[in-house]
Amino acid sequence: MSEQNQNGRRVGEVILDLQNISLRFGGVKALTDISFNVKEHEIRAIIGPNGAGKSSMLNVINGVYHPQEGRIVFHGEERKKMEPHMAATQGIARTFQNIALFKGMSVLDNIMTGRITKMKCGFLEQALYLGRAQKEELAHREKVEEVIDFLEIQHIRKTPVGRLPYGLQKRVELGRALAAEPSLLLLDEPMAGMNVEEKQDMCRFILDVNDQFGTTIVLIEHDMGVVMDISDRVVVLDYGKKIGDGTPDDVRNNQEVISAYLGVAH
Amino acid sequence: MLYREAGQFKTSYAADQQIFPIRQDRIAIGLILVVAALVVPMVASEYWIKAILIPFLIFSLAALGLNILTGYAGQLSLGSAAFMAVGAFAAYNFMGRIEGMPVLLAFVGGGLSAAAVGILFGLPSLRIKGFYLAVATLAAQFFIVWALTKFGWFSMDSSSGVITAQEIQILGYRFDTPISLYLLVLTIVAVMALAAKNMVRSSVGRAWMAVRDMDVAAEVIGIRIMHTKLLAFAISSFYCGVAGALYAYAYLGTVEPEGFNLDLSFKILFMIIIGGVGSIMGSFLGAAFIVLLPIFLDVLIQDFLTGLLPPSISSNLQLMVFGGLIIFFLIVEPHGLARLWQIGKEKLRLWPFPH
Amino acid sequence: MQFFFEVLIGGLLSGVMYSFVALGFVMIYKASGVFNFAQGAMVFFAALTFVGFQEMGAPFWLALILAFGAMVLLGIATERIVLRPLVNQPHITLFMATIGLTFFVEGLAQGIWGSTVRGLDLGIQDEPIEWIMDKAGILVSSFDLFAAGVAAALVTLLALFFQYTRVGRALRAVADDHQAALSIGIPLQNIWRIVWAVAGFVALVAGLLWGARNGVQFALTFTALKALPVLILGGFTSVPGAIVGGLIIGSTEKLAEVYLGGYVGGGIDSWFPYVMALAFLLIRPEGLFGEKHIDRV
Ligand SMILES: Nc1ncnc2c1ncn2[C@@H]1O[C@H](COP(=O)(O)OP(=O)(O)OP(=O)(O)O)[C@@H](O)[C@H]1O
Ligand SMILES: [Mg+2]
Repeated sequence: MSEQNQNGRRVGEVILDLQNISLRFGGVKALTDISFNVKEHEIRAIIGPNGAGKSSMLNVINGVYHPQEGRIVFHGEERKKMEPHMAATQGIARTFQNIALFKGMSVLDNIMTGRITKMKCGFLEQALYLGRAQKEELAHREKVEEVIDFLEIQHIRKTPVGRLPYGLQKRVELGRALAAEPSLLLLDEPMAGMNVEEKQDMCRFILDVNDQFGTTIVLIEHDMGVVMDISDRVVVLDYGKKIGDGTPDDVRNNQEVISAYLGVAH
Repeated sequence: MLYREAGQFKTSYAADQQIFPIRQDRIAIGLILVVAALVVPMVASEYWIKAILIPFLIFSLAALGLNILTGYAGQLSLGSAAFMAVGAFAAYNFMGRIEGMPVLLAFVGGGLSAAAVGILFGLPSLRIKGFYLAVATLAAQFFIVWALTKFGWFSMDSSSGVITAQEIQILGYRFDTPISLYLLVLTIVAVMALAAKNMVRSSVGRAWMAVRDMDVAAEVIGIRIMHTKLLAFAISSFYCGVAGALYAYAYLGTVEPEGFNLDLSFKILFMIIIGGVGSIMGSFLGAAFIVLLPIFLDVLIQDFLTGLLPPSISSNLQLMVFGGLIIFFLIVEPHGLARLWQIGKEKLRLWPFPH
Repeated sequence: MQFFFEVLIGGLLSGVMYSFVALGFVMIYKASGVFNFAQGAMVFFAALTFVGFQEMGAPFWLALILAFGAMVLLGIATERIVLRPLVNQPHITLFMATIGLTFFVEGLAQGIWGSTVRGLDLGIQDEPIEWIMDKAGILVSSFDLFAAGVAAALVTLLALFFQYTRVGRALRAVADDHQAALSIGIPLQNIWRIVWAVAGFVALVAGLLWGARNGVQFALTFTALKALPVLILGGFTSVPGAIVGGLIIGSTEKLAEVYLGGYVGGGIDSWFPYVMALAFLLIRPEGLFGEKHIDRV
């Protein structure tokens, strides 16, 4: 076990193992017989052309979609049918391809929602806002402030997210996911539509999260440069099938992957 | 003392988390309550207390209830009046059937009954959204009014469902003057408004808003959609139920199921649209607006337009003005009077040096 | 058994009325995504305007044309004043705006024409048809049959309009995909105005039939609300759905009132359609003919 990832961090055991996953929507085969695994502390990238099934894969991992076939083993336990809200309690957090922030709420409140599974007070205590409820609220506020500091968004704390530029919204969404202190973080195109500078910032945050908190990250990204730079291993999907899996170098030299990306018929 | 944040540095998150982080706001709210509790009873005429202030407070409470459901949790309801009816009739039954029932407890019972019915009619919200749900709440509206009219049991067999509220006695004190009723309503409404404010700024409130803004994302974060929506239905209906009980006991005295018709539901909906969807303050502003507008229109027509318009026009003019205002607010200021209030405060914060 | 059929037929025919209102809803919803709560108010407005012009001495055809003109104006004004500024707002905002519109139109109609209940005579008898009576022993009113005929004619007319006219085709394109329709240069605002005018026409026909049946009065607007459960049943986007839904609601409501109402004190038709639609929603949220919709993330 002396494997090391890019940050020089030790990569651990397999924590998520997907075996022969198939997912259909009516006639559309979104995923066909896909198997791959994710190891603790690594940054695992999923790449592939549009419509390849990348987002669907993340949705399978956190229980939004239920595959018709296949086994999912998470932390050594085979997962039975899971509702999306249970993913959060199991330590899986994610961001979305199309920003899915709560538009009517401030940055602070958005990130606070990330801690919702950790807040235990009932609504009656909260209505009275005495003792325990107040203490709890403040304790979580402190955690959230740490996330805010980490992402350098102190200045927009009270701004409604709807008013923020796109790049910052993406960052707030990452913040909301981080607030849950996840052990597995799923990022769906976190850098799409960003300019170079924003991309660099986002890369830095992703690496820092991985480095400082040891969070395992599964990442979908179209920018090959970024993928090659920050990920430890890469899965390549095309038309719902896995066509490549390995280190960035392996994948880069894989003939099938090259032709998929160049649009050669296969 | 200028209205200013400056100089009031928040040294802790506790200070920042207060309901009214700016000292002047705290003072203002305190002043309003003092005026409402001490000054108003001394200066307001009986007409003002009975015909304007009491209904204003009760409608504020109902609007608060609807705002929790629609404004915060994003579930449109066209049946608020029916939940008020449940509150009123349940309180009546608690009072009438249980010997020595304390009236406040009966109000709570009315609220809880409304909450139970609210959960029942909120169940469809788990599968449907938006105007589908609005239509489903119409089912509640028509069914409840019908049931209260048809089954004599609910009105303890009074004719065609008309009930006359028992007198209110708390610890031997009889609330039979307008002022005493006003103070009772004021206390209840103030306490419940505070509780509502506390909820919407805590994690329940954030869960509601998350479900409202983007339910799929909310679920992935770990919010249980079903639980969150039904809680919103329950609490909203509780508020409406208590408002309904007060409507019967502190305002009208005698009510019939038909009094809680679709029109009343719409009226409450208008209050939150005009006052501000998703704002506690807005519920009060909207209720004030809707209570005062007809009075204002009547005065206008009687004093300035006498003879110019036929008398029947007044009620139709009211319809048009209500309808027109709704459209106006949705277009021009979808956040309602509460937002205007906010903007006003922002201006005041800079005054007298706007730069 | 005869009695059952009588009730059924009576229910089906009153269902036709709901279908009319629902039809107006569906068209507007398809073309603009707006859930027009004011459709019932438009029916009321149309009927009242027609009667108003008749009372001023206009003959039938002139009153019809004038009332239609008024509906077109109302449609254009709505598009210009209410819908255009709210374009791209959430659906629910538009829905609430149409609730505002409902109040405004109701106030306007009564403000102009007064609030008294009027009769409306289309010159159609409302009597049982004798030969059906003789043959089957069932009472069927000639008026109801006439209404059914008009409904059939209207639906055919609308179908032809959608299928064969340029506007109709454009309309269907818009219904399928707003963005795409815009990008190939279909003028959305014109389409909307036309749709509102057509919905106004449907409202006028509904108003005339209804008014002739029950008199032109405010209660019409409540009856029109029953079109909402019809839509839930039929789906918001389906013309056949509106028709079938109307028939189902109309007939079950009457049957329920006759056969079940007695046990609970009657009057259940005030809520039965809603509760039935609700029960139906739980089984099939997209309606009989609607499209299934899955949220994507
Ligand atoms: N909820 C759904 N209902 C029906 N089909 C779906 C659904 N979600 C995904 N699909 C289909 O599954 C296939 C894979 O979609 P997916 O979003 O996973 O692709 P992707 O790799 O994320 O593409 P992109 O790079 O464009 O984000 C597509 O054909 C898509 O249309
Ligand atoms: Mg995707």
